Amino acid sequence: MTNLMLTTYIVVGGTFALYFYIAIKTRAKNTGEFYVAGKGVHPVLNGMATGADWMSAASFISMAGMLAMGGYDASAYLMGWTGGYCLLAMLLAPYLRKYGKFTVPEFIGDRFYSQTARLVAVLCLIVASLTYVIGQMKGIGVAFSRFLEIPFQTGLFIGMGIVFFYAVLGGMKGVTYTQIAQYVVLIFAYTVPAIFISLQLTGNPIPQLGLGSTMSDGNGVYLLDKLDQIVVDLGFSAYTAQKGSTLNIFLLTMSLMIGTAGLPHVIARFFTVPKVKDARSSAGWALVFIALLYTTAPAVGAMARINLTNTVQTGEIGAAEGNVAIDERPQWMLNWEKTGLLAFADQNGDGRIQYYNDGGLTDARIALAGAQAAGGDVAAAQARFDAAELKHAGTKFAGFGWQGNEMTKVDNDIMVLANPEIAKLPNWVIALVAAGGIAAALSTAAGLLLAISSAISHDLVKGMIAKTIDDKTELLWGRISMIGAIIVAGYLGLNPPGFAAQVVALAFGLAASSIFPALMMGIFVKRMNNVGAICGMLTGLGSTLLYIFWYKGFFFIASTAMAPDTPENWLFGISTGSFGAVGALLNFIVAFVASSLSKAPPEHIQLLVEDIRVPMGAGAAQSH
Amino acid sequence: MNNAQKYWQANIRLVIGCLIVWFFVSFGCGILFVDQLNAFRLGGYPLGFWFAQQGSIYVFVALIFIYAWRMNQLDRKFNVEEA
Repeated sequence: MTNLMLTTYIVVGGTFALYFYIAIKTRAKNTGEFYVAGKGVHPVLNGMATGADWMSAASFISMAGMLAMGGYDASAYLMGWTGGYCLLAMLLAPYLRKYGKFTVPEFIGDRFYSQTARLVAVLCLIVASLTYVIGQMKGIGVAFSRFLEIPFQTGLFIGMGIVFFYAVLGGMKGVTYTQIAQYVVLIFAYTVPAIFISLQLTGNPIPQLGLGSTMSDGNGVYLLDKLDQIVVDLGFSAYTAQKGSTLNIFLLTMSLMIGTAGLPHVIARFFTVPKVKDARSSAGWALVFIALLYTTAPAVGAMARINLTNTVQTGEIGAAEGNVAIDERPQWMLNWEKTGLLAFADQNGDGRIQYYNDGGLTDARIALAGAQAAGGDVAAAQARFDAAELKHAGTKFAGFGWQGNEMTKVDNDIMVLANPEIAKLPNWVIALVAAGGIAAALSTAAGLLLAISSAISHDLVKGMIAKTIDDKTELLWGRISMIGAIIVAGYLGLNPPGFAAQVVALAFGLAASSIFPALMMGIFVKRMNNVGAICGMLTGLGSTLLYIFWYKGFFFIASTAMAPDTPENWLFGISTGSFGAVGALLNFIVAFVASSLSKAPPEHIQLLVEDIRVPMGAGAAQSH
Repeated sequence: MNNAQKYWQANIRLVIGCLIVWFFVSFGCGILFVDQLNAFRLGGYPLGFWFAQQGSIYVFVALIFIYAWRMNQLDRKFNVEEA
C-alpha cells in the first residue's frame, strides 16, 4: 500500500468513526425526533446541516468543472442554487415552520383540504428525491473506487451501510448531527486545496480575492485576463464572455432558484428549529455556509482551467515544442486516464498533445470511424467530417500541422478531484478531498432518503392507509420505509438507468413547477382553493414533463424523442433544464383561473392561513 | 384593518423590497446588464462577471439577515412574537 493510500484510509476511516459515534449518541425515541429532530436544533447548527444536506456530490465534485468549461454561462448554477435560499427564507420556511407539522405533502394536503393534493405532492417528492439520490450513490462509488481503489460496488455497499446505520437509528436527529460533522469535513476539504492553488497562482491565499488578482508570475497581468487570452488563442470563446442566449440563462437561473426553494428535503430541514424566527435566521446561516463553497468554486474552476491548459500547452502556441510530449506527461494524467475520466489521442502523430477548439473535427472523425466500424450511415458521417475538415483547414491551427483536438475526454469532475495532484499538493490534502467528496454525497443522500421515508410512513401509511396506528408503530414504519428507500437507492446506484445525468433537470423541474407554486399560493393567496391548487400542480408537472420528454424521449427512452435536443429545436431557445420556470408560471396562471371559477375555501382553512402568517402560538400549532 | 392585517401588510412590503434587490443583483446585474457592467472592473474582475459569480451571492446572504432582523422588529412592534 502506498503512502497516499494509507493516508487516505486513515482520513476517510476517521470521518466514518465520527459518523458512527454521532449515530449512537443521537438515536430517535419517537416520531417527533425521527421526522423533525424534536424541533430542538439551534438555527446556526441547522444552517450548517442544511449546507451539507444541500451540497451534494454535484456541488462538491462537478460544479467547479462546469464553471471551468462553461465560464460565465455556468454562473446560472451559482446564482440559481444560492438565490433560492432568499425565496425559501422569505416566502416559505417561516410559515411552514409555524404550521408545525412533519412533511411538505402534509401541509399541501391540509391547506388544500384534499387527499388528492397530498398524493400529488407525495408523488412529486418521491420522483424528485429518488432521481437525485441516484447521483449521490454514484458519487460515493466513484470516490471509493478512485481514492481507496475499492471496487465501485463494494464502495457503494459501504456507503449504504453507513447511511443505514445513522439514518435508520437516528432519523432526522441522527441525520442532522451527522450532517453538521459532514459539513465541517467537506468545507475543509474544498477550501484547503483552493487556498494552496490560489497562493501558487496569485500569491493571494483567499481564492475569492485571488480570482480577481494578478498572476504571481511577475507580469502584472490579471488572472482572468490571462485566462481569457489563452483560451481565445486556443480557439475557445473568452472565459468571462456570454455564450448562450440571455433568455435561456435567465430562465435556467430562475428554474434553479425556485426548484431549490421547492425541494422537499431542504424545506424539511426548517421544520427542525425551535421557533419561527429561527427558521428565518437559519436560512441565512445555511446560505453563509453554502456561500463559503459557492464563492470558492469559481476560483477553483478558473484556476483549474489555467493549470490544465498550461499542463498541455507548455510553450508558445504553434511552436514545434510548444506542447507536452506524450512520454513526458505528468503522473496525474496517467492516474486519471485509468479511471476513464481523462483521455487523449494523438491525431497528427507528432508525439505531443494539443488541446484546443477544433470546431468539432475530432468528434466528426470519431463519429466517422464509428460509422465505418459499426456499419452506420457512413455517407452522412463522411459529409460531416469533410465539412469539419474544410472549416478547420481555414484556421491558424491547420497551419501548425494540428489535425484536431487531442484531449478527447476531459470529464468535469476532474477539476476538483485531480486538482490537488495537478497543483502538486501534499498527500493529506488529496486524502481530504476523498473524505470531503464522500461526506458531500452521504449527507445529501441521507437527507433525501429521510424525505422519501417520511413521505411514505407519515403521508401514505399514517395519513391515508392506516390512520389509527400509534406513535411507536409509525416510528417502526418510518424505519422500515427508510430501509426500503436505501435498498431501492442502492439498487439504482448499482444499475443506474441510462438517463442518470439528465434526471437532475427533472428533479429541479418538478420541484419548481409543482411544489414551489403550491406552497407559495397556499401561504400568500388566502382565496386559493383545492381545485386551483390541484389543477395548477398538474399543469406545472405535466407541461414540464412533456417538455423534457419531448427532447429527451418519453421516460428518457431516446428513440421516442420528438425532436433533437439542440438549441435550434427548443421552443424560443429554452433548454429542458430551464423549463421549470415556465412550468411554474403556467401553474400559477391555471391555479388562479381555476380557483376564481370555483368555490372559496371553507372558513377553517381561511383561519388556518391567517394563523400561519403570524409567528405567535407556533408551539400550539400541532392541535389544529 | 386589524393588527394581524397591518402586520401582514408590513411583512409583504418588506418581502417585496428584499425581492427587488434580489432580482436586481442577480437577474439585473448578473444577466440582463452583464455586458454593460463588464465595461467596468473590480480589480481583475469584469464587474458584471463579478456580480454573476461572486457579488450576487454576498448580497443574497446579507438580504436574508436583513429580512430576519426587520421581521423580528415587526414581530415585536405588532406584538405577535412567539412566547
